[in-house]
Amino acid sequence: MIGIIKNSVLKSKIFTLVLVLGVFLLSALTPTRTFAQEKAAKEGEKFDPKPIILEHIGDSHYWPVNLPLVKEIALPLPVILYTDKGLEVFSSQVFDHGKTTYLGKNKYQLIEDKVKVVDDAGKVNEKAKLYDLSITRNVASMWLAMAILLVVFLSVSGKYKKTVGKAPKGLQSFMEPLVLFVRDDVAIPNIGHKYGKYMPLLLTMFFFILISNLLGLVPLFPGGFNLTGNIAVTIVLAGITLITVNLSGNKYYWKHIFMPSVPVWLYPLMWVVELAGIISKPFALMIRLFANITAGHIVVLSLISLIFIFNSLWMSPVSVIFVVFMDTIELLVAFLQAYIFTMLTALFIGLAVEEHHADAH
Amino acid sequence: MAAATTVFGNVQALGAGLAVIGAGIGIGQIGGKAVEGIARQPEAASKIQTNMIIAAALIEGVALFAVVVALL
Repeated sequence: MIGIIKNSVLKSKIFTLVLVLGVFLLSALTPTRTFAQEKAAKEGEKFDPKPIILEHIGDSHYWPVNLPLVKEIALPLPVILYTDKGLEVFSSQVFDHGKTTYLGKNKYQLIEDKVKVVDDAGKVNEKAKLYDLSITRNVASMWLAMAILLVVFLSVSGKYKKTVGKAPKGLQSFMEPLVLFVRDDVAIPNIGHKYGKYMPLLLTMFFFILISNLLGLVPLFPGGFNLTGNIAVTIVLAGITLITVNLSGNKYYWKHIFMPSVPVWLYPLMWVVELAGIISKPFALMIRLFANITAGHIVVLSLISLIFIFNSLWMSPVSVIFVVFMDTIELLVAFLQAYIFTMLTALFIGLAVEEHHADAH
Repeated sequence: MAAATTVFGNVQALGAGLAVIGAGIGIGQIGGKAVEGIARQPEAASKIQTNMIIAAALIEGVALFAVVVALL
Protein backbone atom coordinates (compact mmCIF):
# COMPACT_ATOMS: atom_id res chain seq x y z
CA MET A 1 0.00 0.00 0.00
CA ILE A 2 2.82 2.38 0.90
CA GLY A 3 4.56 1.50 -2.34
CA ILE A 4 1.51 2.55 -4.31
CA ILE A 5 1.21 5.88 -2.49
CA LYS A 6 4.89 6.64 -2.98
CA ASN A 7 4.62 6.06 -6.70
CA SER A 8 3.88 9.57 -7.87
CA VAL A 9 2.72 8.52 -11.31
CA LEU A 10 -0.05 6.33 -9.95
CA LYS A 11 -0.96 8.92 -7.38
CA SER A 12 -1.60 11.53 -10.01
CA LYS A 13 -3.56 9.06 -12.09
CA ILE A 14 -5.79 8.23 -9.15
CA PHE A 15 -6.37 11.94 -8.79
CA THR A 16 -7.29 12.16 -12.45
CA LEU A 17 -9.62 9.20 -12.11
CA VAL A 18 -11.37 10.77 -9.13
CA LEU A 19 -11.62 14.01 -11.04
CA VAL A 20 -13.17 12.32 -14.06
CA LEU A 21 -15.69 10.41 -12.00
CA GLY A 22 -16.33 13.52 -9.95
CA VAL A 23 -17.48 15.35 -13.06
CA PHE A 24 -20.14 12.73 -13.53
CA LEU A 25 -21.09 12.85 -9.87
CA LEU A 26 -21.21 16.66 -9.84
CA SER A 27 -23.96 16.66 -12.40
CA ALA A 28 -26.00 14.72 -9.86
CA LEU A 29 -25.96 17.78 -7.63
CA THR A 30 -28.29 19.56 -10.00
CA PRO A 31 -31.85 19.24 -8.77
CA THR A 32 -33.35 16.24 -10.45
CA ARG A 33 -36.74 14.73 -10.27
CA THR A 34 -37.08 11.18 -9.12
CA PHE A 35 -39.21 8.75 -10.99
CA ALA A 36 -40.28 5.21 -10.39
CA GLN A 37 -38.30 2.75 -12.43
CA GLU A 38 -41.32 0.79 -13.48
CA LYS A 39 -44.80 2.15 -13.21
CA ALA A 40 -46.74 0.22 -10.60
CA ALA A 41 -48.89 -2.22 -12.49
CA LYS A 42 -52.57 -1.73 -12.09
CA GLU A 43 -54.43 -4.72 -10.78
CA GLY A 44 -55.05 -7.25 -13.51
CA GLU A 45 -52.75 -5.57 -16.02
CA LYS A 46 -50.15 -7.82 -17.58
CA PHE A 47 -46.52 -6.84 -17.31
CA ASP A 48 -45.16 -6.01 -20.74
CA PRO A 49 -41.38 -6.51 -20.81
CA LYS A 50 -40.90 -5.15 -24.32
CA PRO A 51 -40.77 -1.37 -23.70
CA ILE A 52 -38.58 -1.82 -20.63
CA ILE A 53 -36.12 -4.01 -22.48
CA LEU A 54 -36.05 -1.64 -25.44
CA GLU A 55 -35.46 1.27 -23.10
CA HIS A 56 -32.53 -0.47 -21.46
CA ILE A 57 -30.75 -1.42 -24.65
CA GLY A 58 -31.54 1.77 -26.48
CA ASP A 59 -30.20 5.26 -26.21
CA SER A 60 -31.79 7.97 -24.11
CA HIS A 61 -31.28 11.53 -22.98
CA TYR A 62 -31.12 10.45 -19.34
CA TRP A 63 -28.62 8.35 -17.49
CA PRO A 64 -30.39 6.36 -14.79
CA VAL A 65 -28.20 6.20 -11.74
CA ASN A 66 -28.87 2.91 -10.02
CA LEU A 67 -26.78 2.33 -6.96
CA PRO A 68 -27.70 -0.08 -4.19
CA LEU A 69 -29.71 1.29 -1.28
CA VAL A 70 -30.19 4.60 -3.07
CA LYS A 71 -33.39 5.58 -4.77
CA GLU A 72 -32.92 5.63 -8.47
CA ILE A 73 -32.57 9.04 -10.07
CA ALA A 74 -32.10 9.88 -13.70
CA LEU A 75 -29.24 12.17 -14.60
CA PRO A 76 -30.45 14.57 -17.25
CA LEU A 77 -27.90 14.93 -20.00
CA PRO A 78 -27.47 18.00 -22.17
CA VAL A 79 -29.48 18.27 -25.35
CA ILE A 80 -27.70 19.91 -28.25
CA LEU A 81 -29.83 20.64 -31.27
CA TYR A 82 -28.92 22.25 -34.53
CA THR A 83 -32.05 23.59 -36.12
CA ASP A 84 -32.53 25.91 -39.06
CA LYS A 85 -32.84 28.72 -36.54
CA GLY A 86 -29.47 28.06 -34.95
CA LEU A 87 -27.80 26.04 -32.25
CA GLU A 88 -29.62 25.23 -29.05
CA VAL A 89 -28.18 23.76 -25.88
CA PHE A 90 -30.23 22.94 -22.84
CA SER A 91 -30.59 20.25 -20.22
CA SER A 92 -32.97 17.43 -20.91
CA GLN A 93 -34.39 17.99 -17.44
CA VAL A 94 -36.81 20.48 -18.93
CA PHE A 95 -38.54 17.71 -20.79
CA ASP A 96 -39.53 15.91 -17.60
CA HIS A 97 -39.43 12.59 -19.43
CA GLY A 98 -41.63 13.73 -22.25
CA LYS A 99 -44.38 15.33 -20.25
CA THR A 100 -43.62 18.97 -20.95
CA THR A 101 -42.53 20.85 -23.99
CA TYR A 102 -39.69 23.31 -24.09
CA LEU A 103 -39.80 26.61 -25.85
CA GLY A 104 -36.44 27.54 -27.28
CA LYS A 105 -36.22 28.90 -30.77
CA ASN A 106 -38.74 26.22 -31.67
CA LYS A 107 -41.00 24.25 -29.42
CA TYR A 108 -39.56 20.86 -28.58
CA GLN A 109 -40.99 17.77 -27.03
CA LEU A 110 -39.51 14.42 -26.16
CA ILE A 111 -41.56 11.85 -28.04
CA GLU A 112 -40.48 8.23 -27.59
CA ASP A 113 -37.05 9.36 -26.42
CA LYS A 114 -36.42 11.50 -29.48
CA VAL A 115 -36.54 15.27 -29.54
CA LYS A 116 -39.07 16.50 -32.05
CA VAL A 117 -40.30 19.91 -33.05
CA VAL A 118 -43.94 20.44 -32.19
CA ASP A 119 -46.11 23.37 -32.97
CA ASP A 120 -48.35 25.03 -30.44
CA ALA A 121 -51.16 22.56 -30.86
CA GLY A 122 -48.89 19.66 -29.97
CA LYS A 123 -48.64 18.17 -33.44
CA VAL A 124 -45.22 16.99 -34.51
CA ASN A 125 -43.64 18.98 -37.29
CA GLU A 126 -41.82 16.35 -39.31
CA LYS A 127 -40.43 18.71 -41.90
CA ALA A 128 -38.51 20.93 -39.53
CA LYS A 129 -34.79 20.62 -39.97
CA LEU A 130 -33.44 19.25 -36.72
CA TYR A 131 -30.01 17.71 -36.18
CA ASP A 132 -29.76 16.05 -32.81
CA LEU A 133 -26.19 16.32 -31.60
CA SER A 134 -27.02 15.74 -27.96
CA ILE A 135 -24.84 14.15 -25.36
CA THR A 136 -26.98 11.08 -24.94
CA ARG A 137 -26.23 8.15 -22.67
CA ASN A 138 -24.18 6.40 -25.34
CA VAL A 139 -21.99 9.45 -25.91
CA ALA A 140 -21.40 9.94 -22.20
CA SER A 141 -20.61 6.27 -21.72
CA MET A 142 -18.22 6.37 -24.66
CA TRP A 143 -16.41 9.24 -22.99
CA LEU A 144 -16.25 7.22 -19.78
CA ALA A 145 -14.77 4.22 -21.62
CA MET A 146 -12.25 6.49 -23.32
CA ALA A 147 -11.35 8.10 -20.00
CA ILE A 148 -10.76 4.68 -18.42
CA LEU A 149 -8.61 3.63 -21.37
CA LEU A 150 -6.55 6.82 -21.23
CA VAL A 151 -6.00 6.63 -17.48
CA VAL A 152 -5.03 2.96 -17.53
CA PHE A 153 -2.75 3.08 -20.52
CA LEU A 154 -1.09 6.40 -19.82
CA SER A 155 -0.21 5.25 -16.32
CA VAL A 156 1.06 1.88 -17.57
CA SER A 157 3.16 3.42 -20.33
CA GLY A 158 4.54 6.05 -17.96
CA LYS A 159 5.56 3.32 -15.58
CA TYR A 160 7.27 1.45 -18.40
CA LYS A 161 9.30 4.50 -19.30
CA LYS A 162 10.42 4.94 -15.72
CA THR A 163 11.32 1.34 -14.94
CA VAL A 164 13.16 0.40 -18.11
CA GLY A 165 14.40 -3.14 -18.02
CA LYS A 166 12.96 -3.96 -14.62
CA ALA A 167 10.21 -6.43 -13.87
CA PRO A 168 6.66 -5.09 -14.24
CA LYS A 169 4.75 -4.25 -11.08
CA GLY A 170 1.14 -3.53 -10.31
CA LEU A 171 -1.12 -2.49 -13.16
CA GLN A 172 1.68 -3.19 -15.66
CA SER A 173 1.67 -6.87 -14.82
CA PHE A 174 -2.06 -6.96 -15.48
CA MET A 175 -1.90 -5.20 -18.84
CA GLU A 176 1.27 -6.82 -20.12
CA PRO A 177 -0.15 -10.30 -20.84
CA LEU A 178 -3.14 -8.78 -22.66
CA VAL A 179 -0.99 -6.49 -24.81
CA LEU A 180 1.45 -9.30 -25.57
CA PHE A 181 -1.50 -11.52 -26.40
CA VAL A 182 -2.71 -9.02 -28.99
CA ARG A 183 0.77 -8.70 -30.39
CA ASP A 184 1.81 -12.35 -30.47
CA ASP A 185 -1.46 -14.10 -31.20
CA VAL A 186 -3.33 -11.57 -33.27
CA ALA A 187 -0.96 -9.16 -34.98
CA ILE A 188 2.16 -11.16 -35.84
CA PRO A 189 0.51 -14.33 -37.19
CA ASN A 190 -1.86 -12.34 -39.39
CA ILE A 191 0.10 -9.30 -40.51
CA GLY A 192 3.64 -10.59 -40.48
CA HIS A 193 6.70 -8.48 -39.99
CA LYS A 194 5.00 -5.15 -40.72
CA TYR A 195 2.83 -5.45 -37.62
CA GLY A 196 4.35 -2.46 -35.88
CA LYS A 197 2.39 0.08 -37.87
CA TYR A 198 -0.94 -1.46 -37.00
CA MET A 199 -0.42 -2.34 -33.36
CA PRO A 200 -1.87 0.94 -31.99
CA LEU A 201 -5.05 0.46 -34.01
CA LEU A 202 -5.45 -3.18 -33.01
CA LEU A 203 -4.77 -2.47 -29.35
CA THR A 204 -7.19 0.45 -29.27
CA MET A 205 -9.93 -1.56 -30.95
CA PHE A 206 -9.44 -4.53 -28.71
CA PHE A 207 -9.42 -2.65 -25.44
CA PHE A 208 -12.17 -0.22 -26.38
CA ILE A 209 -14.54 -3.02 -27.37
CA LEU A 210 -13.51 -5.07 -24.33
CA ILE A 211 -14.06 -2.24 -21.86
CA SER A 212 -17.38 -1.22 -23.41
CA ASN A 213 -18.61 -4.81 -23.35
CA LEU A 214 -17.49 -5.41 -19.78
CA LEU A 215 -18.87 -2.15 -18.43
CA GLY A 216 -22.16 -2.93 -20.12
CA LEU A 217 -22.47 -5.99 -17.93
CA VAL A 218 -22.04 -4.12 -14.66
CA PRO A 219 -25.53 -3.39 -13.30
CA LEU A 220 -24.49 -0.46 -11.12
CA PHE A 221 -23.77 3.12 -12.08
CA PRO A 222 -21.70 4.02 -14.10
CA GLY A 223 -22.01 0.73 -15.93
CA GLY A 224 -24.94 -0.93 -17.53
CA PHE A 225 -24.92 0.92 -20.82
CA ASN A 226 -25.24 -0.69 -24.19
CA LEU A 227 -22.50 0.99 -26.18
CA THR A 228 -21.19 -1.68 -28.54
CA GLY A 229 -24.74 -2.86 -29.00
CA ASN A 230 -25.49 0.36 -30.78
CA ILE A 231 -25.18 -0.11 -34.51
CA ALA A 232 -23.90 3.43 -34.97
CA VAL A 233 -20.83 2.65 -32.86
CA THR A 234 -20.13 -0.65 -34.58
CA ILE A 235 -20.57 0.85 -38.03
CA VAL A 236 -17.84 3.35 -37.19
CA LEU A 237 -15.53 0.62 -35.95
CA ALA A 238 -16.18 -1.40 -39.10
CA GLY A 239 -15.64 1.74 -41.17
CA ILE A 240 -12.24 2.20 -39.54
CA THR A 241 -11.39 -1.36 -40.56
CA LEU A 242 -12.58 -0.70 -44.12
CA ILE A 243 -10.53 2.49 -44.47
CA THR A 244 -7.40 0.97 -42.91
CA VAL A 245 -7.51 -2.14 -45.05
CA ASN A 246 -8.05 -0.29 -48.28
CA LEU A 247 -5.57 2.49 -47.59
CA SER A 248 -2.83 0.03 -46.73
CA GLY A 249 -3.39 -2.25 -49.67
CA ASN A 250 -0.32 -2.66 -51.78
CA LYS A 251 -0.39 -3.15 -55.51
CA TYR A 252 -0.78 -6.92 -55.31
CA TYR A 253 -3.97 -6.42 -53.30
CA TRP A 254 -5.47 -4.10 -55.86
CA LYS A 255 -4.25 -6.30 -58.68
CA HIS A 256 -6.12 -9.21 -57.16
CA ILE A 257 -9.26 -7.12 -57.00
CA PHE A 258 -9.24 -5.40 -60.35
CA MET A 259 -7.23 -7.77 -62.50
CA PRO A 260 -7.55 -11.28 -61.11
CA SER A 261 -6.18 -14.23 -63.01
CA VAL A 262 -9.32 -14.99 -64.93
CA PRO A 263 -10.19 -14.56 -68.62
CA VAL A 264 -10.59 -10.89 -69.52
CA TRP A 265 -14.24 -11.15 -70.46
CA LEU A 266 -15.05 -12.11 -66.87
CA TYR A 267 -13.60 -8.88 -65.48
CA PRO A 268 -16.89 -6.92 -65.08
CA LEU A 269 -18.41 -9.81 -63.15
CA MET A 270 -15.31 -10.14 -61.03
CA TRP A 271 -15.34 -6.43 -60.24
CA VAL A 272 -18.85 -6.69 -58.89
CA VAL A 273 -18.01 -9.75 -56.85
CA GLU A 274 -14.77 -8.33 -55.48
CA LEU A 275 -16.34 -4.99 -54.58
CA ALA A 276 -19.11 -6.82 -52.79
CA GLY A 277 -16.40 -8.74 -50.96
CA ILE A 278 -14.66 -5.54 -49.87
CA ILE A 279 -17.88 -4.15 -48.42
CA SER A 280 -19.28 -7.32 -46.94
CA LYS A 281 -16.33 -8.18 -44.72
CA PRO A 282 -16.53 -5.09 -42.49
CA PHE A 283 -20.32 -5.28 -42.73
CA ALA A 284 -20.23 -8.73 -41.18
CA LEU A 285 -17.91 -7.38 -38.47
CA MET A 286 -20.41 -4.67 -37.66
CA ILE A 287 -23.42 -6.99 -37.51
CA ARG A 288 -21.59 -9.63 -35.52
CA LEU A 289 -20.54 -7.31 -32.71
CA PHE A 290 -23.85 -5.45 -32.58
CA ALA A 291 -26.01 -8.56 -32.59
CA ASN A 292 -23.94 -10.51 -30.07
CA ILE A 293 -23.89 -7.79 -27.45
CA THR A 294 -27.51 -6.70 -27.94
CA ALA A 295 -28.73 -10.30 -27.88
CA GLY A 296 -26.87 -10.89 -24.65
CA HIS A 297 -28.43 -7.84 -23.00
CA ILE A 298 -31.91 -8.80 -24.23
CA VAL A 299 -31.59 -12.32 -22.86
CA VAL A 300 -30.47 -11.11 -19.43
CA LEU A 301 -33.22 -8.50 -19.26
CA SER A 302 -35.84 -11.02 -20.37
CA LEU A 303 -34.78 -13.47 -17.70
CA ILE A 304 -35.10 -10.78 -15.07
CA SER A 305 -38.50 -9.77 -16.44
CA LEU A 306 -39.60 -13.37 -15.89
CA ILE A 307 -39.93 -12.51 -12.22
CA PHE A 308 -42.40 -9.77 -13.00
CA ILE A 309 -44.29 -11.76 -15.58
CA PHE A 310 -44.87 -14.63 -13.22
CA ASN A 311 -45.46 -12.19 -10.38
CA SER A 312 -44.35 -14.65 -7.73
CA LEU A 313 -41.58 -14.54 -5.18
CA TRP A 314 -40.44 -18.11 -5.81
CA MET A 315 -39.50 -17.22 -9.36
CA SER A 316 -36.68 -15.03 -8.04
CA PRO A 317 -34.09 -17.72 -7.12
CA VAL A 318 -34.66 -19.52 -10.41
CA SER A 319 -34.41 -16.35 -12.41
CA VAL A 320 -31.35 -15.10 -10.54
CA ILE A 321 -29.54 -18.39 -11.11
CA PHE A 322 -30.32 -18.22 -14.81
CA VAL A 323 -29.20 -14.60 -14.94
CA VAL A 324 -25.90 -15.38 -13.20
CA PHE A 325 -25.30 -18.20 -15.66
CA MET A 326 -26.11 -15.99 -18.64
CA ASP A 327 -23.89 -13.22 -17.27
CA THR A 328 -20.99 -15.64 -17.04
CA ILE A 329 -21.51 -16.54 -20.66
CA GLU A 330 -21.72 -12.83 -21.45
CA LEU A 331 -18.30 -12.32 -19.85
CA LEU A 332 -16.91 -14.88 -22.25
CA VAL A 333 -18.78 -13.29 -25.15
CA ALA A 334 -17.46 -9.83 -24.22
CA PHE A 335 -13.87 -10.99 -24.42
CA LEU A 336 -14.50 -13.21 -27.42
CA GLN A 337 -16.18 -10.52 -29.50
CA ALA A 338 -13.36 -8.07 -28.82
CA TYR A 339 -10.84 -10.75 -29.82
CA ILE A 340 -12.75 -11.75 -32.96
CA PHE A 341 -13.16 -8.14 -34.11
CA THR A 342 -9.47 -7.44 -33.63
CA MET A 343 -8.38 -10.72 -35.16
CA LEU A 344 -10.50 -10.29 -38.26
CA THR A 345 -9.25 -6.72 -38.68
CA ALA A 346 -5.69 -8.01 -38.41
CA LEU A 347 -6.52 -10.74 -40.90
CA PHE A 348 -7.90 -8.28 -43.45
CA ILE A 349 -4.92 -5.98 -42.99
CA GLY A 350 -2.60 -8.97 -43.43
CA LEU A 351 -4.36 -9.88 -46.66
CA ALA A 352 -3.90 -6.31 -47.88
CA VAL A 353 -0.20 -5.94 -47.11
CA GLU A 354 0.80 -9.42 -48.16
CA GLU A 355 3.95 -9.64 -50.21
CA HIS A 356 3.76 -11.32 -53.54
CA HIS A 357 4.94 -14.89 -53.41
CA ALA A 358 6.57 -16.35 -56.42
CA ASP A 359 4.07 -19.17 -56.68
CA ALA A 360 1.70 -19.64 -59.58
CA HIS A 361 -1.93 -18.72 -58.95
CA MET B 1 -57.32 -25.29 -53.71
CA ALA B 2 -57.31 -21.75 -52.38
CA ALA B 3 -53.90 -20.15 -52.09
CA ALA B 4 -53.07 -19.12 -48.55
CA THR B 5 -52.06 -15.48 -48.56
CA THR B 6 -51.99 -14.64 -44.88
CA VAL B 7 -49.79 -16.03 -42.15
CA PHE B 8 -51.10 -16.06 -38.64
CA GLY B 9 -48.80 -15.68 -35.73
CA ASN B 10 -45.35 -14.21 -35.53
CA VAL B 11 -43.37 -14.93 -38.68
CA GLN B 12 -40.35 -13.01 -37.44
CA ALA B 13 -39.85 -15.40 -34.56
CA LEU B 14 -40.23 -18.32 -36.95
CA GLY B 15 -37.52 -16.90 -39.21
CA ALA B 16 -35.19 -16.35 -36.28
CA GLY B 17 -35.76 -19.91 -35.13
CA LEU B 18 -34.93 -21.28 -38.56
CA ALA B 19 -31.70 -19.31 -38.63
CA VAL B 20 -30.69 -20.67 -35.27
CA ILE B 21 -31.19 -24.26 -36.51
CA GLY B 22 -28.43 -23.68 -39.04
CA ALA B 23 -26.14 -22.15 -36.44
CA GLY B 24 -26.75 -25.00 -34.04
CA ILE B 25 -25.91 -27.64 -36.61
CA GLY B 26 -22.82 -25.77 -37.78
CA ILE B 27 -21.35 -25.04 -34.38
CA GLY B 28 -22.18 -28.55 -33.23
CA GLN B 29 -20.21 -29.96 -36.14
CA ILE B 30 -17.27 -27.71 -35.34
CA GLY B 31 -17.31 -28.71 -31.71
CA GLY B 32 -17.52 -32.38 -32.57
CA LYS B 33 -14.65 -32.30 -35.04
CA ALA B 34 -12.55 -30.20 -32.67
CA VAL B 35 -13.03 -32.64 -29.82
CA GLU B 36 -12.20 -35.52 -32.16
CA GLY B 37 -9.02 -33.74 -33.18
CA ILE B 38 -8.02 -33.20 -29.58
CA ALA B 39 -8.70 -36.87 -28.85
CA ARG B 40 -6.39 -37.88 -31.67
CA GLN B 41 -3.57 -35.52 -30.70
CA PRO B 42 -3.79 -34.06 -27.20
CA GLU B 43 -0.65 -31.93 -27.67
CA ALA B 44 -2.43 -29.77 -30.24
CA ALA B 45 -5.32 -29.11 -27.86
CA SER B 46 -4.78 -25.36 -27.43
CA LYS B 47 -4.34 -24.70 -31.15
CA ILE B 48 -7.44 -26.69 -31.98
CA GLN B 49 -9.38 -24.90 -29.28
CA THR B 50 -8.38 -21.46 -30.60
CA ASN B 51 -9.47 -22.35 -34.11
CA MET B 52 -12.71 -23.85 -32.84
CA ILE B 53 -13.60 -20.66 -30.98
CA ILE B 54 -12.81 -18.54 -34.02
CA ALA B 55 -14.94 -20.67 -36.35
CA ALA B 56 -17.78 -20.75 -33.83
CA ALA B 57 -17.76 -16.96 -33.54
CA LEU B 58 -17.85 -16.57 -37.32
CA ILE B 59 -20.81 -18.91 -37.69
CA GLU B 60 -22.58 -17.22 -34.82
CA GLY B 61 -22.05 -13.91 -36.61
CA VAL B 62 -23.92 -15.18 -39.64
CA ALA B 63 -26.73 -16.63 -37.53
CA LEU B 64 -27.14 -13.40 -35.58
CA PHE B 65 -27.20 -11.51 -38.85
CA ALA B 66 -30.18 -13.61 -39.84
CA VAL B 67 -31.80 -13.05 -36.45
CA VAL B 68 -31.34 -9.29 -36.74
CA VAL B 69 -32.92 -9.30 -40.20
CA ALA B 70 -35.74 -11.48 -38.91
CA LEU B 71 -36.48 -9.14 -36.04
CA LEU B 72 -36.30 -5.91 -38.00
